[in-house]
This record gives sequence, C-alpha cells and structure tokens, in this order.
Amino acid sequence: MFILKYIKEVYSGLKSLVVGLRRTLYYFSHHKEIITQQYPDNRDTLVFPDRFKGEVVMVHDDKNEHACTGCTACELACPNATIKIITKFDITPEGKKKKAIDKFVYHLELCTMCNLCVVACPTDAIKMAQTFEHSVYNRAELTKILNKPDSKIRDGVE
Amino acid sequence: MVEEIGSTADGNIILNVGPQHPATHGVLHLVITINGETIQKVEPHLGYIHRSIEKMCESLTYRQFIYVTSRMDYLSSHINNHACALCVEKGLQIEVPLRAQVIRVLMDELTRIASHELWWGAMAMDLGAFTPFFHAFREREAINDIMEETCGARLTMNYMVPGGVMQDIHPNFQKRVKEFIALFKSKVSEYNELVTGNIIFQNRMKGVGNLSAADAISFGCTGPTARGSGVSCDIRKLYPYEIYDTINFEEILETEGDSFARYMVRVREMSQSISIIEQLIDNIPEGDFQAKTKAVLKLPKGEFYQRVETARGDFGVYIVSEGGTTPYRIKFRSPGFSNLSALDHMARGSKLGDLVAMMGTLDLVIPDIDR
Repeated sequence: MFILKYIKEVYSGLKSLVVGLRRTLYYFSHHKEIITQQYPDNRDTLVFPDRFKGEVVMVHDDKNEHACTGCTACELACPNATIKIITKFDITPEGKKKKAIDKFVYHLELCTMCNLCVVACPTDAIKMAQTFEHSVYNRAELTKILNKPDSKIRDGVE
Repeated sequence: MVEEIGSTADGNIILNVGPQHPATHGVLHLVITINGETIQKVEPHLGYIHRSIEKMCESLTYRQFIYVTSRMDYLSSHINNHACALCVEKGLQIEVPLRAQVIRVLMDELTRIASHELWWGAMAMDLGAFTPFFHAFREREAINDIMEETCGARLTMNYMVPGGVMQDIHPNFQKRVKEFIALFKSKVSEYNELVTGNIIFQNRMKGVGNLSAADAISFGCTGPTARGSGVSCDIRKLYPYEIYDTINFEEILETEGDSFARYMVRVREMSQSISIIEQLIDNIPEGDFQAKTKAVLKLPKGEFYQRVETARGDFGVYIVSEGGTTPYRIKFRSPGFSNLSALDHMARGSKLGDLVAMMGTLDLVIPDIDR
C-alpha cells in the first residue's frame, strides 16, 4: 500500500511539473503574446496619457502670454516648498501699481508630482507635462524658471 | 540587543540576513540564531528606512499630508490615501458623493489586485521560480496603465483628496477595466498551473510557518496573514466604510494557518476583488466626483480614528487635532509591523531554508513597517 501511494505521489508530482513547463513552452512558441517594450528604442512612439504627471509647466500661448497672477495659491498648496513665486509691481497705463510675477521658480528635485498645485491654481496657469526623463548632470539645472523671458499676463485674467 | 556576529556560548551560530538581501524585499535586517540548520530565534532590526513620516505630517496641512502616506505601503498607496481622506472627512463631517465613493472602492480593489499580483510573483521568486514574476507583472502592468490614465501616476497616485477624488475618471476607464477583467480571467488559470499545483511549491509551503488563530490574534496580525489562520478580521466586513456594506463579497478564510493557507487566501482574494469590480464597474452613478470643501481645512478639536483594509491588513490613521490647519499628532497603524512580529514565533524550530518562504507569505513591505 505504501509503495502504491509513493508511486502515485511521484506521478502526480511529475505531472504538476509538466503542466507548469507546458505554460513556459507555450510562451516560448507564441512570441506575439509577449508585451515587453524596448524602452529607449521606442522613445519616438511612446504615448503618454494626458493626465500623466511628469513635471509642472506654465502654459504660454502664441503671444508669449500666461495666466499666472502671482497669487501664490500653488506655493501654499505645495507640501515640499517646490514652488517659489517672486513678484514685482508693474505700472499699468493708468499709472496704478499692479502685482505680477517676476520669476516662477520651480524646484523639480523637490517635486513629488502630487498635483496639488495644479488643482489649487484658480486660473489654470500651470499644468502637468508628460515629460519623464529628468536626469541631468548638474543638480542646479533642476531648478527651473517656468515663466518664459519677456512673457506677461494675459489680458482679462484676474 | 544580541551580538550580531559570531556564536553564542551554547554553540549556536548568529547569522545576519540583510539589510541588503534580495529575499527581504527591502532593507530589513534579521539577526537569526541557528543551531545547525534549525532556527532558534529571529530578531528583526528596523530603522534602515525610517523617514519619520508621522512627524513630517505634523507640519503639513490636511490636504498635503495625504501624499506622504503613498510612500509608506507603496503597493497599496490608494488605500492608504483613502484612509487619510476618510479620517479627515470624519473630522469635518463631509458627505462624500456616491460617485466618488464608487470610484474610490474601484480604485482600492484594483490596487489590491495589483498588490497581490506583485506579491504572488515575488513569492514564487523567493522560492526560486523566476518565470511567475514576469507573468504577474504582465497583469499588473494592465492595472498600472489604468491608474496612469485616470490618476496620472503608476505607483504614488495621490488621487484621494478630502471630499472625494482629485479628478473625474478618464472616459476610457470603464472600457479599460473591463478589458483588464477579461485579461485577468483568461490568465488566472496560469497561476494555478505554474505555481499552486506545483509539487515543489506545495512541499515547501504546506506545514511550514504554522501560526495558530490564538497566536495570530495575540501578535496583532491582520489581513491575509491572520485570515490564513482562520481569524475573521476583514475591516471591509466588520467595520464597513464607504459602500462596502452594500457590495456582495465574501471574506476569504483558510483554517490551516500554514504558509500555503496564507498563499491561498491571497490568490482567492484576487478573484474576490474582481467580483467587486464587476459589480460596480457598470453602476458608477452620475454626480459630482468631489464634495464642496473649504479652501483651508480645519479639523475641530478632538481625536479621530479611521481604519481600512489594505492589501496587507488593518491600516489605521489616528489624528489628534487642536483645531488648527495642521494635525497636532498623527499615528499610523501599519499592518506590516504587527505581521512581522509573528515571524519569530513562526520560524522557531523550523529550518533556515523555510524562513524565506515564511517571510514571503507575510507580504512585507519594509517602508510600511519602518515609516
């Protein structure tokens, strides 16, 4: 009786190994089911979803105008002090002083892509970009100024 | 504190596993006392990845601190964020719209599947089988793609905010989830063919790492670790949050209490999560995805506690508020820490080679233990 049980166990054990190996052989002969992406080679064809959180950018239109009023809502919403807004005072044609951004400093090295600044922005001036290859040789390059040179606030944005 | 090197007076050898060891899945340091091949004592040393998250949270507002919890149990980051959001909502007494609740539960269950998939692959890899790891990641990749499309990130989503979810679901969400369900169902038989039925796997798992129901309770084990010993501890059933009390699902229980029972609990839980998703995916109600909240959240003075069921067990958030914009004190109850404490009890008297199998079935995520 003992020997019979032993042989039975050996047989079922071998069978389970063959069943598993069959799966391996199946994929060995079915190349089309392999979904591996050859990453650096397919860089040109990579498509990212619109919501992918890569880095914060400021939206500029064709006339080099943005919608940032310098209200610092994003600065307050950020958990890591990633954003620092330096404001200046512009003189309007009527002779009044008006607050505007001088520099929108963004520290990519501190950013955790939590999206809280984009949600907090009342004028949709910033958004998340789909870039993801952020490596640089010098750490200072990660500190970015998001408003483009000579850009100004779009008319009508308060 | 024991000696970390050498041998003890009675001829036992002290062996270090980790902190840099592939089988510990992170920087876990185990000081093991062995007599020949037999384990006498296992002593985990923690602190290698301590980031003082609880202290950090004290300087962050109630909107900001949620993202930090994604960095604890990074495999169930959605569920961690969910617990924090629920706790803040409890304090503010915000009514979350039904649509947001359904989206949250869907995301939770997708996360649970993704977490168990990764565990399944890593578990088999611990025992020397490398192929299952890739098979598990193939299905997990499908979930990650869904997450990427709706939440914008693959691992640390920060999608749950107090009052609901950050953005509405992507228009493709329902279609993609249905595709995933079909994919998962066609592939789940592979899991049993490759690993569950395998004779080598069964011999290494059955009767190894026994944990009785009484011990599981006394060590504070929760989640699949305790359910493998027959302890009913599913927070979704016992203390239902969101819409879990209206969903039809069963709590998976195995009574053997060995490594194989814990393995089976997790494998069966994946199918259970799929059935929850199937019930909800066509019934996402219309409405707001976020309740109207004030710009600055201030919790009233008091103490608030909320527990949820993550992929590893009972995760609790305890907030003490002084009435300000930042919490006075935050405590996280992480399931991994309690589950790890049972390892010494499980491993005593068994062979050194089985330790990796036991550790695998505990499903340890070290940043969750250390915080």
